Amino acid sequence: MTVLDTSIKETVGIAGDRSHRAKLALIGLGVLLTLTCIASIMTGPVPLTAGTVVKAIFTPEAVELRDQAIVWSVRLPRTLLAVLVGGALAFSGALLQGLFRNPLADPGIIGVSAGASFAAITAIVLGEALFGAAAMLYLLPVGAFFGGLVATICLYLIATRRGRTSIATMLLGGIAIAALMMAGTGILIFMSNDQQLRELTFWSLGSLGGASWPKIIVTTPFIIIGLLLGFAFSGGFNALALGESEARHLGIPVQILKRTSIVAVALLTGTAVAVSGTIGFVGIVVPHLLRLFIGPDHRFLLPASLLLGAVLLVGADMVSRTIVSPAELPIGIVTAMLGAPFFLWILLRNRSLVDL
Amino acid sequence: MFTADHISLRYGARPVLSDVSLTLARGELVIILGPNGAGKSTLLKVLTGDLQPEQGSVSFDGRPLARIPLDELARERAVLSQSMGLNFPFTVFEIVRLGLEAGRGSLSRAEVQRLLPRALKAVGLDGFEGRLLQQLSGGEQQRVHLARVLCQAWAGKPDGSAFLLLDEPVSNLDIRHQLQTLEAVRRHVIGGGGALMILHDINLAALYADRLVMMTEGHILRQGAPQDVLDRSAILDVYGVDMPVEIARNSGRPFALLSRPG
Repeated sequence: MTVLDTSIKETVGIAGDRSHRAKLALIGLGVLLTLTCIASIMTGPVPLTAGTVVKAIFTPEAVELRDQAIVWSVRLPRTLLAVLVGGALAFSGALLQGLFRNPLADPGIIGVSAGASFAAITAIVLGEALFGAAAMLYLLPVGAFFGGLVATICLYLIATRRGRTSIATMLLGGIAIAALMMAGTGILIFMSNDQQLRELTFWSLGSLGGASWPKIIVTTPFIIIGLLLGFAFSGGFNALALGESEARHLGIPVQILKRTSIVAVALLTGTAVAVSGTIGFVGIVVPHLLRLFIGPDHRFLLPASLLLGAVLLVGADMVSRTIVSPAELPIGIVTAMLGAPFFLWILLRNRSLVDL
Repeated sequence: MFTADHISLRYGARPVLSDVSLTLARGELVIILGPNGAGKSTLLKVLTGDLQPEQGSVSFDGRPLARIPLDELARERAVLSQSMGLNFPFTVFEIVRLGLEAGRGSLSRAEVQRLLPRALKAVGLDGFEGRLLQQLSGGEQQRVHLARVLCQAWAGKPDGSAFLLLDEPVSNLDIRHQLQTLEAVRRHVIGGGGALMILHDINLAALYADRLVMMTEGHILRQGAPQDVLDRSAILDVYGVDMPVEIARNSGRPFALLSRPG
């Protein structure tokens, strides 16, 4: 992470400088993520000890075949998928908020996930007939990416006039886009057969139940590219917070920044939606919590969101697997139960944000 | 040096600037006066590169402005716009540091510690580093942004030769801080930089300007040294207000007196 080494030597101990605290937070979050992942792999119908988990990962031949199978074919891929999806969602939330210069932007709330979801459902219902079953593994993320991209670009064009983004227009425009996408989704559900319908139900609630190694292998490159694009200009978002012309005056290539971050959001949200359906509120809760502790400097906020998003989703997935065991609660329900009240709390605490 | 040559610009069908020419050199403090809607801010935006003129050209040190990379431009000139909304809880330190990093990436700790407190002191905000910008008053916020702009100019050109382009930098300030701000700009100009400001207070403008630019209805009516251009007829032509002008005994500068119309 370039973030750590670019400014490690500067300003420790000046009032108002939170970069030192932010660096410590990044290290702490890294440790927390490792521990949460181990806890997640320990948890399930067959409980495993932390020692078994670590051994099974690094020296698989040293543990029983049964434990090896549980770790490698069930819990490890699922935990990794939670890391990828949670990190991607929180990171794209922080990116969108930087882009719209407002902490209320979230891929789920403003219709980006709905766009990706609609495109993914289109791929499920029509893709096999058009491209064959073999293409489906790739068709889903690619479709979801373009769905998310189109939704984000539309929303940006709707909400921004002369370099000023209106929060009211953004939220209302997002509702309109989401409604349109839901209508399209409704038509597709109407057209689909029984087996497709089962797959579609998965989208509406969000689940990590479909975790598998092929999914992880296909997903990872998309997410890495999205993260790299997002990191490329992370410092520019601080200047952008003052406004588009102000950022230009400070030497930030605003057009390039906006375009790369829109593509990054679409890649990250689209990929996350493609493998797990729509999981809401991670993108808004995580960056907001972090801003309270480390401040809004995007050079730290973005990597910290990535880590805390992963922690949150791995944790939520543990809850969803255990709370009604042996059945499984869709993870989208868990994040919504936590996230929706939190979103309301932000609104009530800081009404000036939504002065319509 | 900034050179705007025969600039014309329209918003839709309405002409905002018609055939405006203006230069701004290092070591010079230029102040634009004029009523609302005269095209002052538009002219400033043409000079910052935010707006492209339909006719005419803008150059900086002999090069067309549009050809200069944004980061290089950020080291040559700093801009203070009018009101800015901010939705994230940045500290004063973090906002002013944006100026230090403009066009050059991160900065050494020593440079931050040298320049940042100096800028805050220049605007009367020493000790405000740790405060949240959103919790300051409008006038304090304006001074934080001015400190940011000063930092950008100082860090961009350590020899002091950068330009300041300021749109109503004292609009929210009390008289003490108005004078303090204008003194900081004056010092920058004496140190070899250039500054262009839009002001509304005729007397402050006359007190600080090397050159006054009097604009009305999208063109420049007069420009020159305050004592040469600021008189009763100029004020009447520009603002439509009758104000007798005298020479202030303490400063030797022209001074316009207020009286109730009619």
